Amino acid sequence: MGHRLGRWVADRWVVAVALAVLAYLFLPVAVVAALSVNRPSSRLSYDLNEFTLDNWRNPCGPGDMCAAVVRSVEIGFLATALATLLGTLMAFAMVRHRFRGRSATNVLIFLPMATPEVVLGSSLLALFVAGGVPLGFWTVVIAHVLFCVSFVVVTVKARLAGLDARLEEAAMDLYASEWQTFRRITLPLVLPGIVAAALLAFSLSFDDFIVTNFNAGPATVTFPMYVWGAAQRGIPPQVNVVGTAMFAVSLLLVVATMMRRRGAVAA
Amino acid sequence: MTVLPGLAAPGGGAAETVRGPVAGQRRRRLLPYLLLLPGGLWLLLFYALPAAQLGATSLYDPGGSLETGYAMTGAVGNYPDALAAYWPHFVRSFAYAGIATVLCLLLGYPLAYAIAQKAGRWRNVLLVCVVAPFFTSFLVRTLAWKTILSDSGWFVGVLRDLHLLAADGRLLATPFAVVTGLTYNFLPFMVLPLYASLERLDGRLLEAARDLYAGPVRSFLRVTLPLSLPGVVAGTLLTFIPAAGDYINAELLGTPRTYMIGNVIDSAFLVRLDYPQAAALSFLLMAAILAMVLGYLRRAGTEEVL
Repeated sequence: MGHRLGRWVADRWVVAVALAVLAYLFLPVAVVAALSVNRPSSRLSYDLNEFTLDNWRNPCGPGDMCAAVVRSVEIGFLATALATLLGTLMAFAMVRHRFRGRSATNVLIFLPMATPEVVLGSSLLALFVAGGVPLGFWTVVIAHVLFCVSFVVVTVKARLAGLDARLEEAAMDLYASEWQTFRRITLPLVLPGIVAAALLAFSLSFDDFIVTNFNAGPATVTFPMYVWGAAQRGIPPQVNVVGTAMFAVSLLLVVATMMRRRGAVAA
Repeated sequence: MTVLPGLAAPGGGAAETVRGPVAGQRRRRLLPYLLLLPGGLWLLLFYALPAAQLGATSLYDPGGSLETGYAMTGAVGNYPDALAAYWPHFVRSFAYAGIATVLCLLLGYPLAYAIAQKAGRWRNVLLVCVVAPFFTSFLVRTLAWKTILSDSGWFVGVLRDLHLLAADGRLLATPFAVVTGLTYNFLPFMVLPLYASLERLDGRLLEAARDLYAGPVRSFLRVTLPLSLPGVVAGTLLTFIPAAGDYINAELLGTPRTYMIGNVIDSAFLVRLDYPQAAALSFLLMAAILAMVLGYLRRAGTEEVL
């Protein structure tokens, strides 16, 4: 009896705490959305003041902000494409093959994920400076590919490991060549994993500040670097427009994929 | 294409059928290395080589500068010098990151448990909710805490009315704000691995514990917690490592008195341009984190997590 009561309390307690934690996670997002329709009382004020739609009407008002967003998107696309390609190839090697140096390779893939970003960024900077490589757009791309690759490998590996090998055997039994089997069976089955890895890589790249700040030099300004710089001189409210828009677009993308998947399962 | 001569022995016609598999096997042996080559080279060139360069830079003569160039003098003294000057920042980093990790575990466990065991068909929606805040930029989200914790905001107002905070007390620019930001920013890194291990938890084990008259507390301590330990280990590492190296929260929500080691490394590299000291600090941070992670994994006894 006492146990049953205790369990009832425990069950409700867990759900209540979970909802409170979710609220904690969403609170800043709600504040960002509110700040996007706020007219700040002064340049350095972070307080809610007065409702306005001006920031949404004129998102590119503050000089270099939109250029910084474009720069981030360019770097994001390049880094994602490269990291997804390199990481997917590595994932295939790791899951599908037994070879010498496999555990060493595993460590090499794992280490960048276990290294704090300050160390990652500063060691690359030390290398670029020692090698006389000028800092800029391409050094940022190199750095972003580096910290994205490991996450791509892990994501694609998970998908590949869960793949039913019998499907490929069936294709081979039906006289499909190795290439045909890969093209028609393996690749389509792994594709969701590759897409997920690419999305993860893009969001990691787009959002990165610390590694970028070390390797960008003075002329290449990404969106996070713009926000960092602006935080010292006063944040234009349009920054929150970009934050809110990013949130809305990604949420729509996720919901759309979930609906499509549900539709596919139903059909 | 070379074929082992011995294999082609039984008649000319058989050579064709034999050649295929042998060449195929050779290609098969080379294939993994070809697949690994580009990514592996990238990691060697831009992770391993920079790490070595960082080590070398940390031993440069501290008397040099970027303009005049640095002389490699094996100046091991850079390490004790850097540590003597900045040990409080190391202590602060690990203290803040440790508190944030414990808070993430306390907040994240019930959330992960509720999603894995109680959410039913809402499971996927709730998982999206956990990662959704990540869709807004890290810096913009962190700056939002400036609004939430502001001196004239409702949160500080309520705390002052309840006399939990002195009339002129503040939250912003205190260690509280920095830890709040760290906890907030790294919470999903805790929730996702916890969820992954709690989702696999077999409900029948909990039923069995109940049938054997275990109360909720005891069945949690004896069944749920031990079975979710891999998730706890992975989550604490994924939270602690980035939190210890973070300096965005300390910079945006704190003051120089709350600066962490990341702030020091950043300014040593980019403002003061003291490369040998900056590299020594960076190397020390990496070494300290690796040592802690290995020690922790040994105690937790779940090395297969890696």
